Amino acid sequence: MRRLLTLVQRATDATLGDRQADRVVPPTGHTVWLTVLTSAAMAFLAVFALALSLATGRLAERWGESLAQAATIRVSDAGEAGEVQAEAVLQILNMTPGVTTARAIGDDEQAALLEPWLGPDLPLDTLPLPRLIEVATDGNLDAEGLRLRLAAEVPDAVWDDHTRWRAPLVRAADRLRGLGWIALALIAGTLAAMVTLAAQASLAANRQVIRVLRLVGARDAYVARAFTRRFTLRAAAGAAAGAVLGGVAIAFLPAADDAGGFLTGLGFQGAGWLLLPLIPVFAGAVAFLATRRAAFRALAGFE
Amino acid sequence: MIELRDAGYSYDKGALLSGLDMAFAPGSFHFLTGPSGAGKTTLLKLCYGDLKPTTGTVLLEGRDSRQLDRDALARLRRRIGVVHQDCQFLDHLSIRENVALPLTVAGRDVAAEAANLDQLLGWVGLGPRAAARPPQLSGGERQRAALARAIIMDPDVIIADEPTGNIDWEMSQRLLSLLAELNRMGKTVLVATHDLALIRAAKGQVAARVLRLAQGSLQAGTEL
Ligand SMILES: Nc1ncnc2c1ncn2[C@@H]1O[C@H](COP(=O)(O)OP(=O)(O)OP(=O)(O)O)[C@@H](O)[C@H]1O
Ligand SMILES: [Mg+2]
Repeated sequence: MRRLLTLVQRATDATLGDRQADRVVPPTGHTVWLTVLTSAAMAFLAVFALALSLATGRLAERWGESLAQAATIRVSDAGEAGEVQAEAVLQILNMTPGVTTARAIGDDEQAALLEPWLGPDLPLDTLPLPRLIEVATDGNLDAEGLRLRLAAEVPDAVWDDHTRWRAPLVRAADRLRGLGWIALALIAGTLAAMVTLAAQASLAANRQVIRVLRLVGARDAYVARAFTRRFTLRAAAGAAAGAVLGGVAIAFLPAADDAGGFLTGLGFQGAGWLLLPLIPVFAGAVAFLATRRAAFRALAGFE
Repeated sequence: MIELRDAGYSYDKGALLSGLDMAFAPGSFHFLTGPSGAGKTTLLKLCYGDLKPTTGTVLLEGRDSRQLDRDALARLRRRIGVVHQDCQFLDHLSIRENVALPLTVAGRDVAAEAANLDQLLGWVGLGPRAAARPPQLSGGERQRAALARAIIMDPDVIIADEPTGNIDWEMSQRLLSLLAELNRMGKTVLVATHDLALIRAAKGQVAARVLRLAQGSLQAGTEL
């Protein structure tokens, strides 16, 4: 364990420089806070962008797959006639290959479905409600054949496989997921730009310090490490705070029931939470690369 | 080995130095004199690669200084100890940390060399001032610290630019005998100074040559 720790210590020292190296560059006040705050804000935003991407991904999947295997048949006639026709439809369905279950939706269930829209105490009997039959398919259904057969035998039955409203929703969800990833890329880019600016300011402010270091034999890599260590650790610390705040905000989003659909889906589920600790790691990596680039460029121009 | 071959240097205006031909052989001791503004500091900078000649060639350890990349230059500077005229310290670090800086940037374990460091600080009379920051020191104390930093890496070559500019006669003498001692250990020493008394005092201690820089060129050195 002890040896493992020293190994880890040595590895980070090699990439980030040791603490002694850190001391050779004086601390500079404002760039510290600029980096920490920017990185915290960016991490906070990243949490939401990530949540959006994951949630819309799940949504698209749900709409795309599970809904594709469900359909509804509507029999417009109310009353006795409807009852008879629904029975005929069920018989046809039971003989159709590819249909796994077919079930008439009862009055109570229908009332429950309508309640959010029309309120409780619905006088169902006075409304000319259509009969609904819920069909689950295994994906091998010949939908066109079924449609023709229904048209011939039960002309009042309407086959609805939800394609009409499902397709644009899936497209919208896919688009949203794409936007989420673009937002993440923009956030990373913004962080890189801010860290570059802060590092450049810090390098310029420490020009004389860098000159002394070079005069006593410091390699560019050593000088660069003194800066990258600092900005990497600050960015990672800021991002950790931002990610925690973002995670808490998401976790405490007011819970709605299933009817909330999309909004309640905006969150992390299970392993999705494990992505949050990656945000500070990623922010640190972005800061590391940005500072390193800025440092080597500045150093080449200094002497 | 530092060698100038028809080397010259000009800042923005006309040529400051030109046609310099000189070899500083290993183990040699040279004084460089000349009026203020003659270009002594500039010549020394050519010798440790801080400036590259604008004409001719400067060879550092046999390599053209213009061909050295930045890493090679850094490694070279660990073998050439320099006392800069303007000291060049990091004001946020203590004197002790400043003296140890060449070790720090070379990745050496400063704690392991603590005894060496303390001995050296004691020798230049800065033991009690080791924790002070450079701005809190007198000019002479700073120069002694600069000398300590120049030799902490045990370099092959020691270049000192006006090392006695701010220090009293007694300390100058001590510093001179240290340089003479280092030279006897086989190190190449190059000292720019307009302190003629110091040069006279060196007589008998070391076999030194005195170079005079005037009107941009080196005049034949006299043996001490
Ligand atoms: N960075 C620079 N840019 C332009 N001119 C410079 C620069 N450094 C020095 N000079 C000029 O070059 C000339 C020589 O300067 P240098 O410092 O080499 O003289 P020096 O012999 O060391 O003088 P001193 O004895 O006063 O230290 C001076 O006229 C100085 O003004
Ligand atoms: Mg000078």
